[in-house]
Amino acid sequence: MRARALRLGEATLVAAVPIVLALVVNGVLLVALGRDPFTFYADMFERGLFAWEGFQESIIRSAPLLLIAAGLIVAFRANLWNLGADGQFLLGAALVAGLAPSLLDALGVWPMLLITMAIAALAGGAWTIIPAILRGRYGVNEIITTLMMSFIGIGVANVLVKGPFKTDIGGVARTDVVPFDERFPLLFGTRIHLGFAIAVAAILAVHVMMTRTSLGLRLRVLGANPRAALHAGLRPVRLTLIAFTISGALIGLSGSVEILGVQGSFRADFNPAYGLLVIPLVFLARLNAIGSLVLVIAFSVIQIGGESAAREADITSDLVFVLVGLMLLFMAVIEYLRVRRGLGMRFVPDEVAERLRPPTGEGGAPAGEPEPAIGAGKVGSR
Amino acid sequence: MSELLSQEFLTALISGGLVAAMPLLFASIGELVSEQAGVLNVSLEGYMLFGAYLAFVIAYNTGSEWLGMLAGIVAGAAGSVIMAVLCVRMNLDQIVIGIAIILIAEGATSLLHDAQYAESRPSLGDPSELEIPLLSEIPILGESVFSQHAIVYVGIALAFVVGWMLRRTSAGLSVRAAGERPEALDAAGVSVTATRTWATLWAGALAGLGGAYLVIVGAGSFTPFITQGAGFIAIVIAMLSRGRAPWTIVGAVLFGMSLSIATALQLIGVEIQTDYVQMLPFIAVIVILVLFARRSYLPSALALPYVRGEK
Amino acid sequence: MAAETDSRAEGQASPLCELLGITKTFPGVVANDRVDLKLHAGEVHALLGENGAGKSTLINVLSGMYRPDAGAIRFEGRPVRIDSPRAAIELGIGTVYQHLTLVPTLSVLENLMLGSHGGTGRLDLSAARARFAELAGLLGVDFTPGARAGGLALGQQQQVEIMKALWRQGSQILILDEPTSMLTPQGYEELRSVLENLRAEGLAVILITHKLHEAIELGDRVTVLRAGRVVGLLSPRDLRGRGEEELSARIVEMMFGEEAAELGDAVEVEAGPVPRKLTRRELAGVALQVRGLALDGGDEAVGVNDVDLEIRSGEIVGVAGVDGNGQREVAELIAGQRSPRAGKVLLFGEDVTRLGVRERERRGLRHVTDDRHGEGTVAELDVATNTVLKRIGTPPFWRAGAERREEIDRFARGLVERFDVRTPSVRIRAATLSGGNVQKLLLARELAGEPRVVVFNKPTHGLDVRTAEFVRDQIREAAAAGLAALVISTEIEELVDLCDRIIVMSRGEVTGAVENAAGVEERIGALMVARSGSGS
Repeated sequence: MRARALRLGEATLVAAVPIVLALVVNGVLLVALGRDPFTFYADMFERGLFAWEGFQESIIRSAPLLLIAAGLIVAFRANLWNLGADGQFLLGAALVAGLAPSLLDALGVWPMLLITMAIAALAGGAWTIIPAILRGRYGVNEIITTLMMSFIGIGVANVLVKGPFKTDIGGVARTDVVPFDERFPLLFGTRIHLGFAIAVAAILAVHVMMTRTSLGLRLRVLGANPRAALHAGLRPVRLTLIAFTISGALIGLSGSVEILGVQGSFRADFNPAYGLLVIPLVFLARLNAIGSLVLVIAFSVIQIGGESAAREADITSDLVFVLVGLMLLFMAVIEYLRVRRGLGMRFVPDEVAERLRPPTGEGGAPAGEPEPAIGAGKVGSR
Repeated sequence: MSELLSQEFLTALISGGLVAAMPLLFASIGELVSEQAGVLNVSLEGYMLFGAYLAFVIAYNTGSEWLGMLAGIVAGAAGSVIMAVLCVRMNLDQIVIGIAIILIAEGATSLLHDAQYAESRPSLGDPSELEIPLLSEIPILGESVFSQHAIVYVGIALAFVVGWMLRRTSAGLSVRAAGERPEALDAAGVSVTATRTWATLWAGALAGLGGAYLVIVGAGSFTPFITQGAGFIAIVIAMLSRGRAPWTIVGAVLFGMSLSIATALQLIGVEIQTDYVQMLPFIAVIVILVLFARRSYLPSALALPYVRGEK
Repeated sequence: MAAETDSRAEGQASPLCELLGITKTFPGVVANDRVDLKLHAGEVHALLGENGAGKSTLINVLSGMYRPDAGAIRFEGRPVRIDSPRAAIELGIGTVYQHLTLVPTLSVLENLMLGSHGGTGRLDLSAARARFAELAGLLGVDFTPGARAGGLALGQQQQVEIMKALWRQGSQILILDEPTSMLTPQGYEELRSVLENLRAEGLAVILITHKLHEAIELGDRVTVLRAGRVVGLLSPRDLRGRGEEELSARIVEMMFGEEAAELGDAVEVEAGPVPRKLTRRELAGVALQVRGLALDGGDEAVGVNDVDLEIRSGEIVGVAGVDGNGQREVAELIAGQRSPRAGKVLLFGEDVTRLGVRERERRGLRHVTDDRHGEGTVAELDVATNTVLKRIGTPPFWRAGAERREEIDRFARGLVERFDVRTPSVRIRAATLSGGNVQKLLLARELAGEPRVVVFNKPTHGLDVRTAEFVRDQIREAAAAGLAALVISTEIEELVDLCDRIIVMSRGEVTGAVENAAGVEERIGALMVARSGSGS
């Protein structure tokens, strides 16, 4: 029991330190721009966290992010870099936004909600098939393929929204707006909508899947040690496809949550770049789903609060990008230092740390037979 | 149909294509060398943004295009220092750090631009042109190819120079060995780390130059996220060039033309939504990868998470 | 009678280089124990010994990779210190390692020029071509400098490596580490003539080999190493005028004979076991059959050609041979991790060649891999999970996809106890277990569930004596209960101790099979160092 508490404490510390450092450096940046960081941060937490209205906004914002995090975790833990989240997200969102109004008229609220969610998930999943097959069967780098599909997906979403899904009402190109009452129902008299509950459920489901099911274990083995996977009789191609499609489906679903929970319609050229922003968060959480839940909500607070504070301080809210990038950077460096200094046992519930960990440097003189002096390749195996 | 062959259209197509190609060309030449040495700069987009922003600031404040471009080189290289230190020297994961750099670059440049220029939204004047005597008299080609900014000719020449360097100098040899079989280079007594570090900085510098060009010649001003994925396209161009530098010209021009074709078509009255056109390069890449999936485009020791020999 | 005729008696020129009393230890093992080695110009000195005898360690001392714990090195009579590979190169010592370090995509000339310029500038192609021509003439090579290194035959690649080692002017000593390990007969002849030329040039060549006939054929002088010590020295006079058979016999006696066994005591391995009286067990039907198995080799690994073997239930068959001669590939082919180019694998008469790992496991086949950390276990997962790694999704450990933690833990605890795996808990990461305990874990995992055929690849490699004996006992017990076992090992004594029959592999082929009867060790030894293709 004590060991567990200690590990949890260590985990929190390790996740918190990069965040704190990032906030500090960001503060310096603010000073350089002539703004007062203390006011800024005070505003940020005030509006994102302490104010009830603001807190609700943060929770609402976290819903699609949580689903994206869930999707990324499934892929990353199998050592598959799904960098196409933006495309999967927007494609799902565009389809939902485009089809929802007609479905609503034809079938009513709940059928519409369920069907559009399904469509979004299918679209997101389908969007990963090409990269998955290229990677699984031919070993083609999925970083490039998922990125390419992402850009294509963004383009397709815009084409759809500016074309067949475009509303007749004049003004900015967008889809027909789904009336507020016919979107996700709200929870318990707050402004938080069902999508948040769905997202939390998804994160928990991913957690259970990865830690307690046979499929999850297979994916983790594949990600940790592909050779052991082969030795154990697993089938890498099939698993790659499964991991990718689940990942894409969850991310596509997040698009539906964004539309049906928040926006109500898809405005042309809409792209909040959630995909990239969530990546550092899942790494900070060491690809642990529960940890991601906490960090994504924390990040949403920062983002919502930050948007508000930025308006007050008269700077762009894009500064959140810097913050998140710094978090990732510091996390990587701290992980390195911890391993270098052998600081205690890393809190890594599993095999992921191995991939983030730097290899052990040039081969030293081993016992017995000498080896050529190479730096050991880590996940060098694929 | 005949309009497609009209002077107006072709000139616009080629000229626009070339202008759109240059940022891609610079970035991909840099990335090609880096990849040959075994370093994948996922953060190429970030270096370009750093270069673009600083170039804009300097060019705007000094009125000098060339100082702006120099600033771009410096900024891009500075960005790549992070990658060099953390990934080449400390062996951290190149993808993770690469993403971090992109995020920081996107955020910082947007932030700085907003802080300094949100109100004023300045732009630079028209870029200078260098007309090559005689050649610039040729119909179509004269105006489109031979009346470009001087740096364009530098860029094209650079592709060939780099190709020569890779094949005929000791440095080039070390680079190629570092990416293919670092242990052989090590056994030969050359520092793999040093080689990869220089290659990374080179990629950063050139990507920065690409960003500078984008701002100074291409757009005339800086807007946040101006690169729009150019960095990733450049990575693909570098990969598809399979280590032969002059091929980056072909790749860059093809992609550049697909980006600029919409504007050219507008001139002859054909309206195609930019979205379609912008997707073209990416679709092209997927198609190529699907068709040629079995052939490997990357040096064996390219330090991606799944390739052996990360050093 | 270990002849140690001295060069003194022959009045030969003084040695170019001497290694005197070299001792080098690593944790747990004495790699070199007061070894002497004298090199003369214009002479090929063969350093002969089996795997682990200490040959590589010794030349690493000479080439500057290691510093000896004791002993001295003399160059032309003067004492020298070789602190680094650089220093060795300065002295004119060039090394060609067993694992080629050529860049396959570059040309031969480019590989040769790598790093030799010490600058970043323009490559001096004409000078390089000239030097190439010089060395090419010396070595008698037949490829052009522009040829792609990866496209050359292995023998030619080796010649490039030799050129690389000699590239610098003023080379005096050339070290060749197991140069023939992957050569064809033709490559071998080419090497022979290269050595002729090098001799004529006055270089001192050290040739490391585990192949007896090579040492005799190619060497002018032979030093025989065993378990870190020099057990024999044959001078040019000894070698001249005696037939190969006689010399072979003498060397084999030096290496595997009575006196050698006594010397072997000093190291952690126990003295050769008393030859057991193996009661002829009643063996049942054929459990595993392999016919004509073939696999193509690659850049790094040797292929496998026309391998046949047969194991009956209750039988223990051993596979002897120097590491890297195709044993691992055979294991993987039998297990189903790889598909053969040709041939069949039959389990109890059923052709399973097309079936995957899981399918074969269901039919009772198991594979205890030699790569404990790279393949056998997932280091970051806990011990318990590792015990069920090959049964993911199967009941009772998983019901409808959901993990039953208590079942897994119980199973793991049972195994841990039965096989005496030392671990504070089954929930800690497998990475924390010592090598011996991981091996026991793997053994436990594969032997649980009553398999019918098991392939053991180097099961006692790197283990302490007690654990090794424990592992062997487990194998014996299982066989007594009807298991068909294939044991791959590089330790001949172990195989003799354990197996009913032993086949020997060399260069991807089976060179012969012997029954475990008196004199088996020598026969195995002879087969191990025999040319491939010589029958049993």
